[in-house]
Amino acid sequence: MNQTPIHAFFSRIASGYIRWRETRAKRLQESLYYASQRKLVWHAFNRHKLARISLVFLAILYFVSVFADFFAPFGPLKRFKDFNDAPPTSIHLIKADGRLSRPHIYETKRELNTDTFKYRYSEDRSKPHSIRFIVRTEPYKLLGFIPMQHKLFGLENRQVPLLLFGSDRLGRDVFSRILFAGRISLFIGFGGVLVAFILGSILGGISGYYGGVVDEAIQRVIEVLISVPDIPIWIALSAALPRDWGTINIYFAITLILSVRGWTGLARVVRGRIISLREEEFALAAKAAGASDRRIIFKHLLPAFSSYLIVHMTLAIPGMILGETALSFLGLGIRPPAVSWGTLLQEAQDVNVLANFPWMLIPALFVVGAILMFNFVGDGLRDAADPYSSSR
Amino acid sequence: MRAFIVRRLILIIPLLFLISVISFVTILLPPGSYVETYVQNLERTGFIMDQGQIEAIYKQYGLDQPAVLQYVLWMGNFLLKGEMGRSFIYQRPVKDVIMERLPMSAIIALASLVVTWLIAVPIGIYSALRQYSVGDYVATVIGFVGLALPNFLLALAIGYWVFAGTGRAITGLFSIEYKGAPWSIDKFVDLLGNIWLPIVVIASAGTASLIRILRATLLDEKNKQYVTTTRAKGLPERRLIMKYPVRVAINPLISTIGWTLPFIVSGEIIVSQTLGLETLGPVLLAAALGEDMFLVGSIVMILSSLTVVGTLLSDILLAWVDPRIRFERIRT
Repeated sequence: MNQTPIHAFFSRIASGYIRWRETRAKRLQESLYYASQRKLVWHAFNRHKLARISLVFLAILYFVSVFADFFAPFGPLKRFKDFNDAPPTSIHLIKADGRLSRPHIYETKRELNTDTFKYRYSEDRSKPHSIRFIVRTEPYKLLGFIPMQHKLFGLENRQVPLLLFGSDRLGRDVFSRILFAGRISLFIGFGGVLVAFILGSILGGISGYYGGVVDEAIQRVIEVLISVPDIPIWIALSAALPRDWGTINIYFAITLILSVRGWTGLARVVRGRIISLREEEFALAAKAAGASDRRIIFKHLLPAFSSYLIVHMTLAIPGMILGETALSFLGLGIRPPAVSWGTLLQEAQDVNVLANFPWMLIPALFVVGAILMFNFVGDGLRDAADPYSSSR
Repeated sequence: MRAFIVRRLILIIPLLFLISVISFVTILLPPGSYVETYVQNLERTGFIMDQGQIEAIYKQYGLDQPAVLQYVLWMGNFLLKGEMGRSFIYQRPVKDVIMERLPMSAIIALASLVVTWLIAVPIGIYSALRQYSVGDYVATVIGFVGLALPNFLLALAIGYWVFAGTGRAITGLFSIEYKGAPWSIDKFVDLLGNIWLPIVVIASAGTASLIRILRATLLDEKNKQYVTTTRAKGLPERRLIMKYPVRVAINPLISTIGWTLPFIVSGEIIVSQTLGLETLGPVLLAAALGEDMFLVGSIVMILSSLTVVGTLLSDILLAWVDPRIRFERIRT
């Protein structure tokens, strides 16, 4: 076969790439011998494909939610008059004359069906609008302090609705609302787990390290909290929140309410591990060296099983997200005008909505997706948490 | 065995006490007293109370007393007379409201528990015996989705699906013509036609974890030497699996009732609210939204106590099934 310069060029690149991959794999293999625990865990985690993909998707989801101001075409409360319960706008790639063009939509028009007295939405083919990326909009503040006036995508004409996931009863864009809602729904899990982590490791640590009466008392409290159904307690506690509280207060209160029970599981893990570790030589050595109890617990014992804690916390987050969704769905969680996935689903409460406006259920896909991904990541972490186990 | 039961019965007393305290705290929590809300609500409906009547209510509930005394009064009334205060939403004693709805809640919760097991045990056994087969993966995926799908959503979806398919709208436990009608065979049949939906929905959420536990234990058990020995002796595979490893693998499942039950009770509340069932769930929610705190606190207490008692029963069951637990607990 004739080797043209171009062939030679590409084959050199290809062989260079193969060599690079080989050395990298080799280096990785060698580095395992003196890798830190964190690196080993990361390596083991990366082998769990589903977990790795889930982690990437979760990262995207969080990123998009945090910068929802930029990614969402409209604000969460922006209403389009005359577009109540409008179906998703369809995006076209082929123009009327049959030629491929940049993505565009047609303006939606609404007419009343005089037989059923329902509004019907249809496309007005005479009015195309192309979708522009990095489109100039009214000025806003990204994250509340970075002045910007562009959004990721949108139409030139800001008054024409571009409804990727349709609109709700008040004519608000469901897609934008989902992104903004993610801010509350996705982060309430973190907040709750953080509180649970602090309470759980302190109380579990004390319980396991000291034992005796303190241990007995803490164990009884945990037993009660575990054996009590959580939804009634959550309902009762959130009913007690004052009606006139602002969004921020409610948010923190709901986070606290969700972690009322969350810390118990963690405390049990911590207690169990500490009981088994406190007699180990390194703990006894620290004690003999005159370290204080607090230092032994938090500096020597806790880090020894931090991977278990991380796994436990990852698997606790989806429960908290579901809890918030359930509470908001019942009308006891986040209150309008703040949006969370639960409040969005509140509008989809009856079968009628399901039959006529199925796009109102799209937020549920996000809830289910986020929870599944957290579970997969947690599973991957659990497998990775013990990197010294034989099969790796 | 008797010593074990007695020990467990004694241990449950502080548990029930703590539950009653927590429930009572939720009654006291809302800003402003119960009576203020009560009077405000009456005024909203156009009924103005004079000062004497208001004070009479304060006296009746002992609300002018310190919190500890109030608790003693509330618990005393409950333990001696079964009274738990008065609901101002329903304008009836809390006891009556609860007793009217509690049986249905309990039936749904117990039936859900049974159905959870009926779904989880065969699937778990299958998954373990045919590890990494298509069926195993399908079961795992379905289990995961059941775990991630909010209860109320599944209820809505199946309800809609039934409606679209058969034209039967499941809204409540009874069809309209049987609501308020006295019990009869027809009414019971009607109930059966509706009650399966909440039961299946609630059960679906709990199956995933049970399947995983059963699968994991059974995978460990089925490779143990006693299984190989029995197989070598020529026992038919089916009887061999069912008789030995499955029985061992069921034990950890029984010990999970302790946390499956609270999970089911929680699920029941949400599903009942979505489907408008005549159970305690919607009452609790209405009471919470209306700050009818005596009703809220009492329902929380009743539901929690029943859950704890259910857990106790499961523990006794476990000890009865598994002698290791029975003896270990006595020794320690």
